[in-house]
Amino acid sequence: MRNIKKILVLLVVVSLAIGCLSFINSQQQPGIAASVKRGNTVYMTYCLPCHQADGAGVPNLNPPLIKTKYVLGDKKELITIVLKGLTGEIEVNGETFNNVMPSHIFLTDQQVADVLTYVRNSFTNKATPVTVAEVKAVRAKVK
Amino acid sequence: MKLYFIKAKFFFRMQMPTNLNLLFFVQLFFVFSSFGNDTTGIKKAKAAPPETGITLPTGFTSTAFADSLGNARHIAVAPGGEVFVKLQRLKNGKGIIRLKDMNGDGKADRMMSFGSYTGTGVAVKNGYLYASSNKGIFRYKLNDQNEVIDTSKAEMIVTGLVDKGQHNSKSIALDDAGNIYVNIGAPSNACQVQDRTKGSPGQDPCPILDSAAGIWQFKVDRLNQSYGDGVRYVTGTRNVVGLDWNTSVKELYIMQHGRDGLNQMFPELYTEEQSAELPAEELLLARKNANFGWPYCYYDPNQQKKILNPEYGGDAKKQGRCAGVDTPLYGFPGHWAPNSLLFYTGNMFPERYKNGAFIAFHGSWNRAPLKQGGYFVAFVPFKDGKPAGKWEPFAEGFAGKEVYQPRDAVYRPCGLAQGPDGSLFISDDVKGRIWKVTYNSNQ
Repeated sequence: MRNIKKILVLLVVVSLAIGCLSFINSQQQPGIAASVKRGNTVYMTYCLPCHQADGAGVPNLNPPLIKTKYVLGDKKELITIVLKGLTGEIEVNGETFNNVMPSHIFLTDQQVADVLTYVRNSFTNKATPVTVAEVKAVRAKVK
Repeated sequence: MKLYFIKAKFFFRMQMPTNLNLLFFVQLFFVFSSFGNDTTGIKKAKAAPPETGITLPTGFTSTAFADSLGNARHIAVAPGGEVFVKLQRLKNGKGIIRLKDMNGDGKADRMMSFGSYTGTGVAVKNGYLYASSNKGIFRYKLNDQNEVIDTSKAEMIVTGLVDKGQHNSKSIALDDAGNIYVNIGAPSNACQVQDRTKGSPGQDPCPILDSAAGIWQFKVDRLNQSYGDGVRYVTGTRNVVGLDWNTSVKELYIMQHGRDGLNQMFPELYTEEQSAELPAEELLLARKNANFGWPYCYYDPNQQKKILNPEYGGDAKKQGRCAGVDTPLYGFPGHWAPNSLLFYTGNMFPERYKNGAFIAFHGSWNRAPLKQGGYFVAFVPFKDGKPAGKWEPFAEGFAGKEVYQPRDAVYRPCGLAQGPDGSLFISDDVKGRIWKVTYNSNQ
């Protein structure tokens, strides 16, 4: 019982520390925080049914978005996947996935930038934001 | 206290913290609310014995027959109790595993593997082992010890079936007249011009129906058969992973996986809640030349009708061309993914199980943001080839907890097979556990 209390106290301390740090962090980057917040809404509507609330995807079908080269790597490729979709088996972190990702070309540049900024800064990911200008540049080539 | 915890958990799940601030508050709330309280107040799942992880009705027990086999899909048991397992991913370069319990303690102690292809289907009949890749079916001659005589000599009996990744499990069942039935799933959700894409219309007629979205019948003993040699036995099935020949009425029964994404594609017609429940996962009596309506129709268990799919002009009520389509014997809640069907013919279980149907529900992913469902084995009592009562849970607890995302699940039931003594085997394709379920009336 004493041990449980010790662990709980430790949890509170760690939580407070994380909370304070993230508060400071979000104060420093208000632009990202707003984009992440808008991106969450886009994710809930268009991405969550397949990639799931935890970003872990569905085994064998829909790939995870957690610390993968697709999510954290080349932003142009990532934007292209959202705009054009993806078919055929792919390997992500040692597992294979074969469901179809539809094109999301109907999303606005702002929505694509926001949702990718959200994904790149959620599910333990931490990466630079995706800007509207970057999406616009890729869209011009995709069309 | 219990209520607060559930609320906090629900809030966390549904809102998804947009940054760590929210996570921090939720966590803080949880931590403080735990103080000074008995943590046993937190809702616990029905206790499952730790050695097997699953719960069963009174009188039934299970053993972990084998573990950590890999992506164990379907299983088949030979007359000597040898269990053959088909793997969806190669393990140590092999795709089929043979297991045997030599000392009779309910756990396999001999194991060998062979076959360099992946797949789902496996069956044993009249001295042969049948196994499917995602493109065709092979068979191997067994000796009187039910060992494959030459694992390098696989006879290819069916080849060249559609495999485009999506819905490519070639599940198999055999009748007593020398025929083998194979599912050829549609590599599509609803035959749209652009698959799973909002606003893309349904193709009419759907060109996929010629070579997929049905059950094909082939001969068990002819080599190199393909579409031209087989018979399209039934059509209009999107994907069937579980199927079985019911020997008591000499008919094929199949379990259809219904379509996805009604709310995603048509939010103006279906709420998230409706989309989680619709369409039904269907138990179908697959008589020759039956048409179950995919991609034009889906089954709504509330209206008890086949309804026109919205990609083909449906409005969630209209039947249109679906009025004359064959209907299911039974509709289960949406997206549970019935991956195996087995008619019980053994004498070990109580009489009410005889000729009834066990169904392994792999578990859903397309009910998000709502809680997922399935992840258990159900039983449906049967009389004269028809369901004779409501389905009931048989084996539960595979997931280990409530599942909001499929990766939460510890195990996912995928295959069923009956042992020569009437025991029931269940396979899992997350870790590759095989359970052996037995019954003892004295327990």
